[in-house]
Amino acid sequence: MTKHIRPGTPPLNLTEYIRVGGYDSVGKALKEMAPADVTSLVKASNLLGRGGAGFPTGVKWSLVPMDKECLKPKYLVCNADEMEPGAFKDRYLLEGNPHQLIAGMIIAAYAVQAEKAYIFLRWAYKKAEVILNKAIDEAYEAGYLGKNILGSGFDLDLHVHSSAGRYICGEETALLTSLEGKRGIPRAKPPFPANSGLFGKPTVVNNVETLSWISHIVENGADWFKSLSLTGTGGTKLYGVSGRVKNPGIWELPLGTTIRELLEEHAGGMIDGYRFRGLLPGGASTDFLTEMHLDVKMDFSTVGTAGSRMGTGTMIILDDRTCPVAFIHNIEKFFALESCGWCTPCREGLPWVEKMLASIEEGTGKMEYLDILKFHTKYLAPGNTFCAHAPGAAEPLQSGLNYFYDDFVKHITEKKCPWR
Amino acid sequence: MLTDEEKKEILEEVEHYPSPSVACIDALKIVQHHRGWVSDEAVKDISEMLMMSNEEADSVATFYSRIHRKPVGRNVILICDSISCMIMGYGSLYDYLSEKLGVKFGETTPDGRFTLLPVSCLGDCDHAPAMMINNDHFNNLSTEKIEDILNSYK
Repeated sequence: MTKHIRPGTPPLNLTEYIRVGGYDSVGKALKEMAPADVTSLVKASNLLGRGGAGFPTGVKWSLVPMDKECLKPKYLVCNADEMEPGAFKDRYLLEGNPHQLIAGMIIAAYAVQAEKAYIFLRWAYKKAEVILNKAIDEAYEAGYLGKNILGSGFDLDLHVHSSAGRYICGEETALLTSLEGKRGIPRAKPPFPANSGLFGKPTVVNNVETLSWISHIVENGADWFKSLSLTGTGGTKLYGVSGRVKNPGIWELPLGTTIRELLEEHAGGMIDGYRFRGLLPGGASTDFLTEMHLDVKMDFSTVGTAGSRMGTGTMIILDDRTCPVAFIHNIEKFFALESCGWCTPCREGLPWVEKMLASIEEGTGKMEYLDILKFHTKYLAPGNTFCAHAPGAAEPLQSGLNYFYDDFVKHITEKKCPWR
Repeated sequence: MLTDEEKKEILEEVEHYPSPSVACIDALKIVQHHRGWVSDEAVKDISEMLMMSNEEADSVATFYSRIHRKPVGRNVILICDSISCMIMGYGSLYDYLSEKLGVKFGETTPDGRFTLLPVSCLGDCDHAPAMMINNDHFNNLSTEKIEDILNSYK
């Protein structure tokens, strides 16, 4: 997937991408395959959604009504609103190979017979916006977008919508509400977007990394894709590491690569003078893992068994010279600010959590705060809130209280932060 | 009053959607692009153009963090205060900028040159700490580097 990406140089233009065979799969899918065959192929490949939830992509597509009487137009939306703190993988794909994404979107839209597609882009990705719009213009000019693509009779319009900045818009139903020009507030499910999505029409929302895979699966088959991973889940993954490591960065590696390999071989280990204490495996909304989890394989199910989530696969490292309370406070402050305010536990609970953590960090915390914080990790759990925002915020808090409990207590008994 | 240019750009966005009000966020961004911020009056003008209520347009304008509802300086500095940048020293960066410019978050320098604002993760975590000035990204920041960067914004 990252074969044609050369950081620091412009991405391949349409002619160059066609020359390396990048658009062959579009012709193959639109002219030789029925839409249902494309969906079956993606289902067979076991491509799990790379946005963080890991939902099977082919299954998502197969939920879209395909009968002649269904509501139209149907929509395909690419979720490029990457805003998870610690995540920087979609940006790499957007800036590095826009035509790979466009080719994947044409095939995905064909599979569900969507006539209109949008890329919902993070506001800050200005460079990606320019690159995408140029690539889309090229694709229109060459007949890969617009009416009767490659003479197949299939039509597709593609437009980039650049957001105005709110984390919640990465949640797929909030994204749709925002794309409709409203406040980005999540919707109740069911109905699922496959039946009632953008403007009430059948809609598929897929992440950038997920869609970037589609053309390769059509080209090489489901078995090839499955053989790429170490755990049978299918495919490679863009993994990233940030924090006090020697070589922070992003790498495409087989799904199931261990945390140890990522941390020690690819990220080069900790910077001299810093010791590893823990990590969030897939962005700010995932549970902490510690030294005992270093041999955990990074795939959706294995990380789940270890008590966390793979999420975006971009890890944030906590070192011994960073205060864990300040670390968690920073994250909860983010989630409190980014709550859309729609449901009470999230709107009222997260600011309270944030204030208590601030107080503990400042040295004015009390022991009973720890119980209140612990209560909130249950109060903000799935089922009590409208969407996954507050439950995501609760993850680093609950595991942080568990693994770094002594550090919390020290702040309270010594009435100061030991790291200051 | 929206200018002819603003109206033209908004209409171009409206074409991509099934009804005018869908382009509300695009319209707010277009007005901000031309004026630096979006006043109550501009929100009203947008709502009239897109055939939505003033309240509805205002609810959208106040929801999104990158729509400025107060005047800003000629250049807007956005410092990432999210977790990876915090680990890599966003704090000292803020202290340096705040002291050098004599402003805190949310404030504009008296000469109107800079507004200083915090921002959530910019997706540059492997090159933290990071910031944006207007539409430009900067990363691997140090105080020396910032000195040079600031000089190029008048």
